[in-house]
Amino acid sequence: MARVLLFGRLADIAGWRDAMIDATSLTGLRDTLTATDAALGEALAGPGVQAAVDKAIVRGDVALSAASEVAFLPPMSGG
Amino acid sequence: MSVRLQSEPFEPGDLLTAFSAGRGETGAVVSFTGLTRAEQGRTTTLELEAYPGFTDGEITRIGEAAAARWGLQDWLVVHRVGPIAPGEAVVFVATASAHRREAFEACDHLMDYLKSRAPFWKKEHGPDGARWIEPTDRDRTDAERWET
Repeated sequence: MARVLLFGRLADIAGWRDAMIDATSLTGLRDTLTATDAALGEALAGPGVQAAVDKAIVRGDVALSAASEVAFLPPMSGG
Repeated sequence: MSVRLQSEPFEPGDLLTAFSAGRGETGAVVSFTGLTRAEQGRTTTLELEAYPGFTDGEITRIGEAAAARWGLQDWLVVHRVGPIAPGEAVVFVATASAHRREAFEACDHLMDYLKSRAPFWKKEHGPDGARWIEPTDRDRTDAERWET
């Protein structure tokens, strides 16, 4: 289980912004999200969308634990 | 040397007065206040989303780098989150240094960063519905001025 947070338009597309989801890796989590919601999966793979694990940007795959917090961040717009 | 994200409105004059108080060795305080534009009625509410713990962490990192680059004595960023009405202050930045040039440049730099790259997601609500805003080319080129 990981806590998953969606920001900006990603939350609008998914219809949720905070969920607990079974996953042991970031890639596995992306696969699970894409399998349950194709539109969200496409948005997560879109240009400029970044992932943060425990509030640090990650690239590529990382292992997730039950206490992991994963955030998907669309392009940042500034204030 | 701090960042505050808050949903409550703030009074820029009060922030500037507090920031400027008790500074025997400061020769210059520069501040910037950003207001929300109505865009000729196209924007009825601006909604800003932040990622608490991440957004403030990133702004702190940029603030500390600016403090080191310009030798600032102090800096402050106050940023609204949540719904903001046109005419309300959305951001306040203040910098303090021994001489004015450093305070001016650091404040300008911090605002360019905040407007283009800070981790906020911005939604404009208007008569025709709501839309997410991405940074403008102008915001990007303003921020790129500092990459030397």
